[in-house]
Amino acid sequence: MSMIIVKPGMLSTFQDLGRFGQQHLGVSVAGAMDQRAHRLANLLVGNDPALATLEITLTGPTLRFTKPCCLALCGADLSATLNGQPFALNRPIIVRAKDELSFGVRQHGTRAYLAVYGGFALTPVLGSTSTYLRSAMGGWQGRALRRDDEIPLLRPLKNKGLEDLAMDLWSLKIYLPGALAESRQPFVRLMKGQQWDEFTPESCAALLTEPYRISPDSERMGYRLQGAPLLMTTPRQMISEGTTFGSIQVPAGGQPIVLMADRQTTGGYPKIAYVASIDLPRLAQMGPGDMVSFNAISLEQAQALDLARTQAFATLAQALQPVRTLLLNH
Amino acid sequence: MAFVYCSLMHRMIAPTFTLRHLGDHCLSLDFGDTILAETGLICLAAAEKIRLAHLAGVTDVVPSYTSVAVHYYAEPLTGLPNFQSLSDSLTALIQAGLAPASHAQRTVDIPVCYGGEHGPDLSDVAKATGLTEQQVIQMHCAPGSMVFMLGFAPGHPYIGIHDPLFALPRRDVPRTVVPAGSVAIANRQSTIYPTRLPGGWHILGATPLKLFDLTRVQPTLLLPGDHIRFIPISPKEFDHLAAAQSQVQA
Repeated sequence: MSMIIVKPGMLSTFQDLGRFGQQHLGVSVAGAMDQRAHRLANLLVGNDPALATLEITLTGPTLRFTKPCCLALCGADLSATLNGQPFALNRPIIVRAKDELSFGVRQHGTRAYLAVYGGFALTPVLGSTSTYLRSAMGGWQGRALRRDDEIPLLRPLKNKGLEDLAMDLWSLKIYLPGALAESRQPFVRLMKGQQWDEFTPESCAALLTEPYRISPDSERMGYRLQGAPLLMTTPRQMISEGTTFGSIQVPAGGQPIVLMADRQTTGGYPKIAYVASIDLPRLAQMGPGDMVSFNAISLEQAQALDLARTQAFATLAQALQPVRTLLLNH
Repeated sequence: MAFVYCSLMHRMIAPTFTLRHLGDHCLSLDFGDTILAETGLICLAAAEKIRLAHLAGVTDVVPSYTSVAVHYYAEPLTGLPNFQSLSDSLTALIQAGLAPASHAQRTVDIPVCYGGEHGPDLSDVAKATGLTEQQVIQMHCAPGSMVFMLGFAPGHPYIGIHDPLFALPRRDVPRTVVPAGSVAIANRQSTIYPTRLPGGWHILGATPLKLFDLTRVQPTLLLPGDHIRFIPISPKEFDHLAAAQSQVQA
């Protein structure tokens, strides 16, 4: 009753909502880069969003299942196939014993999220199953998946009645609320930070008008942006303080860094702005070489947009009750 | 330093502060803009009080030298907390008065083998400060050091606030690898590297103690608010203690 890693892919790690409650000890939050796709994948197989999904980066793995189970794949379109046939995104799908899920050419996005009904059997570390590679903590043995790893599944399905279950799930109509669709906005929205006014007017204007390129050394810890330099009118030393997912910090050279899921818990660079949570999933689906443009919104707008998404997830969880009923009664 | 601590212990205080957002899921209470022992103690006390209040939606309370970051998520049904509602709750909490942080009672001894292979920068620090190596060690071991925050890596402490003579900027070129246990100073602060990490601080010595260990009930050796006593040991004692540590591990 497990998932066998036939090929590991470029970087496949288990991630959940994050390792909260430990930041005052210097322990990073980690967690899924694209929380939208992670939550969606879990909900579509009837899971609590707090369960770990497999975060798959650019070049996907090949996975073989030893027992039937129910999967959902969300986020990036990496041309997933099941035994060579196209594998649909954004819906629950039954796989049979010996089925092989593999990935091909990247169509769009950077990270795909694979959820399995009942979850993967992982041991929580400090309250979370997220993998934090820098400290070799959490997930599967604190590391990315390797060839021949065997990940046990907590709730594989029975063969009996499997075809009926597959048909019933396939015939369910699943509507995603608008607030949960992938953002088609041309901009990533940000909130100005307290130090915004300490940057030169040219720098502030550049951040809101010029595109920035995501540099090749961008990864789960932070995205380095290349573009018009952001300079302080009077450069000064900052005192280290807590950091957040989406902080746009500016080292002396003026090339900004957006802190992402594996950010350190504290940092001492000036922060010109903060990416609104509503657009963090969009940013997480961008990758090296992609161009990003920013648009400013207020804190109140950002919180309202984020709340609307949180509520849409709650609505979707209710609407997916038939999925949970089908799987529980199997 | 001792005076500040006593005065906090004997009376409740209601410090002034300002609030700002660190994005849509975190706000910061700012108690000052200079690294001072007194401000650091206020941040620790405020963080302790906020953590013990178990406010709905608050996930993390992170003290630093001059501020406390409070991370939060809104409940879908009520939409709360948001920046405004949490600001109100926190303001009421702090204005009701702060008791000193309870961890401030604890003193942790840190054995340190200074100089030699464990402390490659001891002689440079002596030159930069105009002290002898022995005087640098004595000054580093002086009482009054405290953990003001953990950050950068799991269990990585920021310890201060040392004599103004230790107001050395970081090295121009950071080392790409600093061994685990290295004890280093910069800007009147000390740190101890929990694991092999890159770092630009001046390495005075090393401790055989493990700063972060997931097999312990409390994985970090130190907590914000701990008093620190650095105790000089010989290379022989270092090896002995390091061997004893790995035996405990086995």
